Amino acid sequence: MASTEIERLASALARLPGLGPRSARRAVLWLVKHRERALPELLEALGGVQDNLSECPQCGNVDTRVPCGICSDLRRDARSLCVVEEVSDLWALDRARLFTGRYHVLGGRLSALDGVRPEDLSIDQLLGRVEAGGIDEVVLAMNATLEGQTTAHYLAERLESFPVRVTQLAHGLPVGGELDYLDEGTLAQALRARRPVG
Amino acid sequence: MALDRITLSRFRNHAETALDAAAHFNLLVGENGAGKTNVLEALSLLAPGRGLRRAGLSDLAQAGGAGGFSVGASLAQPDGADPVRLATYARADQPNRRRVQVNGAEASANGLSEWLALGWLTPAMDRLFSDSAGARRRFLDRMVLALEPAHAHHSARYEAALRERNRLLADEREPDPAWLEGVERHLARHGALIAQARARTVAALVDELATLPAEPFAVPLIALEAGGPAAEEDLALALAQGRRRDRQAGRTLTGPHRDELLVTMAGKMMPAADCSTGEQKAMLIALTLAHAGLAARGRPGVLLLDEVAAHLDPVRRAALFDRLRQGAAQVWMTGTELAPFEDIRGEAAVWRVEGGRVMRA
Repeated sequence: MASTEIERLASALARLPGLGPRSARRAVLWLVKHRERALPELLEALGGVQDNLSECPQCGNVDTRVPCGICSDLRRDARSLCVVEEVSDLWALDRARLFTGRYHVLGGRLSALDGVRPEDLSIDQLLGRVEAGGIDEVVLAMNATLEGQTTAHYLAERLESFPVRVTQLAHGLPVGGELDYLDEGTLAQALRARRPVG
Repeated sequence: MALDRITLSRFRNHAETALDAAAHFNLLVGENGAGKTNVLEALSLLAPGRGLRRAGLSDLAQAGGAGGFSVGASLAQPDGADPVRLATYARADQPNRRRVQVNGAEASANGLSEWLALGWLTPAMDRLFSDSAGARRRFLDRMVLALEPAHAHHSARYEAALRERNRLLADEREPDPAWLEGVERHLARHGALIAQARARTVAALVDELATLPAEPFAVPLIALEAGGPAAEEDLALALAQGRRRDRQAGRTLTGPHRDELLVTMAGKMMPAADCSTGEQKAMLIALTLAHAGLAARGRPGVLLLDEVAAHLDPVRRAALFDRLRQGAAQVWMTGTELAPFEDIRGEAAVWRVEGGRVMRA
């Protein structure tokens, strides 16, 4: 079997989400094979992240800049704020580049069973940002789960007293989806959220 | 016939069992513990859910084996097209995951109900009327589910929201009203759909039962006693108004999780729980047959009757066989001896079951 260093690297990689021991060993072998170029590149990238990584004090995004690249981007619309549960949701939304405003990462979702309460999420920071003014619309982009929707409802209530428009992502028919293949829950939502044509 | 070419592999006490050339009536005869009910249980897994024993998956694999099991059956198609092969199994390396295949392709367990309407009656259900309200709700829900597959989705969502609300109410601190309201919206939405689906099923059963002759089976009168309002807004309001009371009680006291299926014997107008054992059994049979009639509309039906014939007197037994013969559903019955089945012996497919092995008699 391989030396302890290689074993250590493999077991560290194996713990990454989506990998596992087999994929980790494959990745290690690839790195060994391409050690001339790939290893220094990876080391440098990891070092850079380790030295500079931080959570954006404003929105909760992780970036190597403070405030993060999105918060400091002046071309973005500061009047529009999109609230998400996790950083991964922010990245998913921003990948599509459809939303031009800024974000706010809650750091989770309300769950009595998991012991996640309002004070465990960055809700006060969110209310602080809205209170500071300059925001016209808050988009609640929570997951369509029990906890996600409960959190959205909770936030909507807390935001009620502020002079902002609070909106929520639509639920229903996925683009390219066929009615026949949808579960009843999704169909019911789509029907509930129907709207006039044109 | 609806189900045929049935195979059980490493299932309970069956190492490898095959049943071919099934008929409208199918009899499994053998001593106690031979493995008759195991065959019915295997068939019951061709429907969504945990089967007629509500067993855990790990209990289904043959004891002392490597773990994992499989059950398969061919389902005849009404238009004479090729039969559809239904299979459910657990792999030895993932014994706690139930898998389903339809014609060799992975499918969801809920999808099975599109192909087949399965109903069953077992000796364990004899206590149904004197059992808890929860047992009768489960009985009703299984009937609802066979008619409205979406019921499972709403039940799961409702249960999750109910646990969340109860946890919130149990907190030492006064629960946050905005948070509670968010959870209650889910409860109201899914709860209303559950209540309405149950009411529809009960109404359909009432109509179906009304067509039955009063003899020789006691006809049950059934009704749904609602545990909460059936309209979404009303349920949401009732939940909001009940917070203080529910906090004191430590649980949610309004909603469809408090529904009760009321069963009364027609004629005597006596609550089913107070009727004789034989009358209770007769009412259960009437309910099961009425539901089988409803569920089998538009798809093949299968009825699994465990140890049913032996406990009926000859008149009722003959009447039961008559009704089953007229019904569209394929019937699988078990018994310790063949004598009670004399009336249908000639038209039935009979297997002897012994020590987990099955032989055509």
